Amino acid sequence: MSNDNETVAASPVTNVYAPPPRGTAIIEVRDIGKRYGNIIALSDVSTSVRAGEVTCVLGDNGAGKSTFIKILAGAHEHTDGQLLIDGEDHTLSSPRAALELGIATVYQDLAVVPLMPVWRNFFLGSEITKGAGPLKKLDIDFMKRTTKSELSAMGIDLRDVEQPIGTLSGGERQCVAIARAVYFGARVLILDEPTAALGVKQSGVVLKYIAKARERGLGVVFITHNPHHAYPVGDRFMLLRRGKSMGDFPKADLTLEDLTAMMAGGEELESLAHELAETMGADSAIAQELKADVT
Amino acid sequence: MTTATLDDERIARTSTLTKLLKRPEIGALVAAIVIFAFFALTTDAFATPSGSSTWLRGASTIGIMAVAVALLMIGGEFDLSAGAMTGFTGLVVGVLTREYGVNIWAAILVSLGLALLIGAINGVLVMRTGLPSFIVTLGTFFVLQGIDLAGTKALTGQVAIQGMTQVPFYDQAKRVFGSALEVQPHWFNLNLGFMRLDFDWSRPLTINASVFWWVGVTALATWVLLRTRTGNWIFSVGGAQTASRQIGVPVFKTKVGLFMTTAGAGWLVGMLLIFTTSTVQSNTGVGQEFIYIICAVVGGCLMTGGYGSAIGAAFGALIYGMVSQGIVYAGWDNNWLKAFLGVMLLGAVLLNEWVRKRAETAK
Repeated sequence: MSNDNETVAASPVTNVYAPPPRGTAIIEVRDIGKRYGNIIALSDVSTSVRAGEVTCVLGDNGAGKSTFIKILAGAHEHTDGQLLIDGEDHTLSSPRAALELGIATVYQDLAVVPLMPVWRNFFLGSEITKGAGPLKKLDIDFMKRTTKSELSAMGIDLRDVEQPIGTLSGGERQCVAIARAVYFGARVLILDEPTAALGVKQSGVVLKYIAKARERGLGVVFITHNPHHAYPVGDRFMLLRRGKSMGDFPKADLTLEDLTAMMAGGEELESLAHELAETMGADSAIAQELKADVT
Repeated sequence: MTTATLDDERIARTSTLTKLLKRPEIGALVAAIVIFAFFALTTDAFATPSGSSTWLRGASTIGIMAVAVALLMIGGEFDLSAGAMTGFTGLVVGVLTREYGVNIWAAILVSLGLALLIGAINGVLVMRTGLPSFIVTLGTFFVLQGIDLAGTKALTGQVAIQGMTQVPFYDQAKRVFGSALEVQPHWFNLNLGFMRLDFDWSRPLTINASVFWWVGVTALATWVLLRTRTGNWIFSVGGAQTASRQIGVPVFKTKVGLFMTTAGAGWLVGMLLIFTTSTVQSNTGVGQEFIYIICAVVGGCLMTGGYGSAIGAAFGALIYGMVSQGIVYAGWDNNWLKAFLGVMLLGAVLLNEWVRKRAETAK
């Protein structure tokens, strides 16, 4: 906790977030749940999002991950439990309300316009203008410079911010979306499966930016179904399964093996290992690997 | 291969020429130059001052509409009622002044108000129902066409409004919308060194008010598109509507505003037509809506939205104006114009699609 009041350097804009001390809880959820009529989509989920920490939300498809982030992002209101933001009880009624509290969500589709230049995408909806009245115009120079410097602060070196964002790789686009949220004052970043559609190398790039965002003192919620992506960058792990929490663990209490086993559901994985051993031979690489994961 | 060579490739890719060639309007500009050269060399009348006056005037009213339609197409929508609107607004002024003796300026304002209202209705219907604008404005098109024809006949007993010159203060409005600047600089000739161009100044170069409006509208639209927040939003709502909404772009306002802009341009052209010719036919503008779209597409607009240029649409209209008049000067059958438009449209669509794929493909 030594990095108190670490300020984000090299930006002339005033809305840059000066983070609270590392480890301060920004969001706390207590026994939160969501019911749609008589269908219980999520129940009894507790965890916290802290400044300068990455909270990983893990779970298979249909485990309730998206319901959980929709509650945090303001897309759905929770029906049970408590959502505390800065210690105060909140119900987020819209994405706008979440944004105003500094909670920004980077969705899988990234909310970028492929044909528009990177810098126009970066400032879309929050364009900087200069001049007044009918002569008010975009401050293109400032926006281009800022885009370039903000992206290089995240470690992305673009040769030209004028190129359409559609020409960037999936990982780079993800990073632009993250950098944009950070620049516009997010203190909590919710990343919805940012690595799901990416290759190994691209995933590595995104994980690096998650670590960067953490370094800058942001609270990060990282949703994924891949424990190998979650473990290296995560500080806290919350596992979901069939709409229920399987627990909320600090990194110290958990090894990657524990995490992998819990994710897959120990017994299920074991039976899969057996099955594979039968069909592909016990010596096949994949069966060996699964066995190693289970034990 | 090392990273150094990779970097070299990257730099080479963004040369000035490539940048210029990437502009959406470049195709239309080149085509306009080629077509001008063709008719200038093959016909006698085309490049004369009086000949140029004619095709400039033809291009101007189409051009104003094409620019507005281009903005709307960049915003991801169509407006098929745009052509009928040019007739409707003129008829409103004609009927109000000739039949009911309304003050001409009041009639012009009422006409503008009605146009903007219809534009807003188009926009709200499209946004609220989620129906394609193609269908919604097709409906408005037929409604307007019906009102233009039946309404005019019912109120005046005729299919056209004539004798606008007798309306009080007609001259005032004509000065704004229907006047012309005649230039006849007898001394002006071009000496290109290897050849001398002696223009035939026996008849003047006539620049209609509509040409000035056209240039003004194009400049304004380009400014808005490239230099203002609104322009940014127009590109974004056309390129990715859901993403725009997520990021906080006022999608509804932007799109309704675009439909109102097209309707407003329809009003402007309606005024330009009525005060240039002092008459208005009840079928004015019908069938032109596709010409506007063709000009916008030739100018680089994608049918799918999110990409295009206002200047490009103006070039598109210039091409249309030059070809429709050039065919007359060349003594060909007028109907070749249609075939030519079709070829231009197909060529432009193919070119634009290629450009879009290049821009969207991840490297």
